[in-house]
Amino acid sequence: MKKSIQELEAIRNKTIDHINLRSGKGGYRVVVGMATCGIAAGARPVMMRLMEEVQKNSLVDVTIAQTGCIGACRLEPIIEVYSPDGSKVTYIKMDEEKAIKVVADHLINGKIVNEYTATTIDGKVVDPEMQ
Amino acid sequence: MSFIRSQILVCAGTGCNSSGSATLIKDLDKELKKHSLSKEVEVIRTGCFGLCELGPVVIVYPEGTFYSRVTSEDIAELVEEHLVKGRVLTRLVYHETIGDNKTISINDIGFFKSQERIALKNCGIIDPENIDEYLAYDGYKALQKVLLEMEPQEVIDTIKGAGLRGRGGAGFPTGMKWQFTKNAQGDSKYVACNADEGDPGAFMDRSVLEGDPHALIEAMTIAGYAIGANEGYVYVRAEYPIAVKRLAIAINQARDYGLLGDNILDSGFNFTLDIRLGSGAFVCGEETALLNSIEGKRGEPRPRPPFPANKGLFGKPTVLNNVETFANIPSIIRNGSDWYSNIGTEKSKGTKVFALGGKINNTGLLEIPMGTTLREIVYEIGGGIPNGKAFKAAQTGGPSGGCIPSEHLDTPIDYDSLIQIGSMMGSGGLIVMDEDNCMVDIARFFLDFTCDESCGKCPPCRIGTKRMLEILEDICAGKGKKGDIERLESLAIGIKSSSLCGLGQTAPNPVLSTIRYFRDEYEAHINEKRCPSGVCTELLSFVVVEEACKACGICKKKCPVDAITGEKKVIHNIDQQKCIKCGACIEACPFDAIVKK
Ligand SMILES: Cc1cc2nc3c(=O)[nH]c(=O)nc-3n(C[C@H](O)[C@H](O)[C@H](O)COP(=O)(O)O)c2cc1C
Repeated sequence: MKKSIQELEAIRNKTIDHINLRSGKGGYRVVVGMATCGIAAGARPVMMRLMEEVQKNSLVDVTIAQTGCIGACRLEPIIEVYSPDGSKVTYIKMDEEKAIKVVADHLINGKIVNEYTATTIDGKVVDPEMQ
Repeated sequence: MSFIRSQILVCAGTGCNSSGSATLIKDLDKELKKHSLSKEVEVIRTGCFGLCELGPVVIVYPEGTFYSRVTSEDIAELVEEHLVKGRVLTRLVYHETIGDNKTISINDIGFFKSQERIALKNCGIIDPENIDEYLAYDGYKALQKVLLEMEPQEVIDTIKGAGLRGRGGAGFPTGMKWQFTKNAQGDSKYVACNADEGDPGAFMDRSVLEGDPHALIEAMTIAGYAIGANEGYVYVRAEYPIAVKRLAIAINQARDYGLLGDNILDSGFNFTLDIRLGSGAFVCGEETALLNSIEGKRGEPRPRPPFPANKGLFGKPTVLNNVETFANIPSIIRNGSDWYSNIGTEKSKGTKVFALGGKINNTGLLEIPMGTTLREIVYEIGGGIPNGKAFKAAQTGGPSGGCIPSEHLDTPIDYDSLIQIGSMMGSGGLIVMDEDNCMVDIARFFLDFTCDESCGKCPPCRIGTKRMLEILEDICAGKGKKGDIERLESLAIGIKSSSLCGLGQTAPNPVLSTIRYFRDEYEAHINEKRCPSGVCTELLSFVVVEEACKACGICKKKCPVDAITGEKKVIHNIDQQKCIKCGACIEACPFDAIVKK
């Protein structure tokens, strides 16, 4: 089908979102810990939920990636949100409900969800429930 | 469309394809299905990344993890580790031979770091069989700009201002070529693309066709508009089946979107494109022979003038450019001539793609700004010479070029400086040679090629190259005579000045440049019957090193002509009269006690 200039532009825009995965986007990067410990603790449904929410809200510049064991297995599922400026927030003991909130508050509105974050004392991550 | 979290790029260029990437793609699909990941992970086949030596190459995004030499057996583990568990599978990650730190992201690899990609900008990045991905990377924006906002003369002025010169060998200014063709009288005109790529070892044109075919289509359409042509032909060698297939797919897609055909983008401009297959004769890369071949005639050159700009295809004014030349056009139009002319040297603008091969760690395809020195190419991008050997020379320009010795390692590579040191740019083949290469043998190799490929139309090339080859063969066989060097030189001058086309006019170059820089090697062969690099077998003798020989009798059993004498516990000896220098004894000896001298 012959395409008009507007239609070509629409194809460009639609496809670039899809390809951007390869060129590094400008937006947030969410990394999910998916080692054995993470998966055992339920990281997979968390990641699926994140992907679904990101998709639903058309957050085209968000990347979702996975990573290995961060080294705090007891706090899994862990996700980390990297801002475009390189700073990082770590959320621990995630579940699907929390994932929805992180997308809504952090990824959409830029507000860190403090109650899910890890607290560190003397450089060590502390389990919030143990405090 | 569901959310794709990861994309796996698998190189499906000719290099990786022959090392098995097609099966990898099938295996990946299977494994992803098994783990129910097909909806979130996408497998994309791309064109060549350039590091063919390491193929098949697989890159996993968004991390950009660069896996090399991936085999079918690795796929299950790769999917399990990287895509299910999110761990990089380090044992497959490409690591540079210089350091011992494994590189994780493709952008960290030295091979890619110093490169500047214009002609290859989309190769290895987009799916060449999907026009939408080309569009997404600013594809057909240059065509749109040209058709809707620019006069044909403005297009030509932009190309002239950019300073782009032909990448097919001669380096003729592209803007001027287009201007001559625009100015020429003719009721119809043509645009032709030279994708014959005959230089042994060069494969940049193939990579563009396989990795970014729409760039060529866009550029040729722009050229058509600039010179007033409505038809174009791409002349591709039939030995490039993947390239031909991808180009054909791309042409169909462009037609379907109305980017080829009548009234393109409602501008009133019409342009069609056809593919013609060549059968791999080197001379058919010469422009007039190529035009003959497209016309269905014998692939023999025509005398010039008239030049194709005035009388080309079917006697009509024709622009003929190389694939890489065309691949630069869309970026120049989009970014302007100043952007382009800021890259490179004073007289050679932009970048050049080189096919790096021979005795070098990172063989492959690289695109670098003109003016990069040979030293940077060999030692930084190429990762140096394997096995701690010393650099001897680099051969550029293929059968028309010459050898650059180590004293010129710091020469900036551009059209003019290469000619000055007795070589030429050619299409960008760059073969690195170390101390184990015999320069007389190299010259013989190239003459053998040109003599074989001479079309035979003009006697200087047909007979002259044969005479030169005979002399070189004699020298390599220990039958060189006093005066051979001078005979070679005088034949070379005659052939260069009287041949009909570029094939004969440049064929003696490899001989002249090796005589210029390595005359001592010729002299050693002729006067002392000695090959200093130990390559020319006829000049070597196979001898037993007495101290190392354990008198085991293994070599004696292997020798096909019973040239080896000696008993158990009696040191062996090779009869030089009987020895046919086959090397079987060297391979057989468990103690490395037999050497070539
Ligand atoms: C023997 C011979 C072989 C050639 N082979 C090629 C080739 O394979 N590809 C190519 O682009 N140019 C080749 N050329 C150069 C072409 O004649 C011509 O100069 C070139 O295609 C023009 O395009 P450009 O101005 O874009 O470089 C060859 C020339 C000679 C003399």
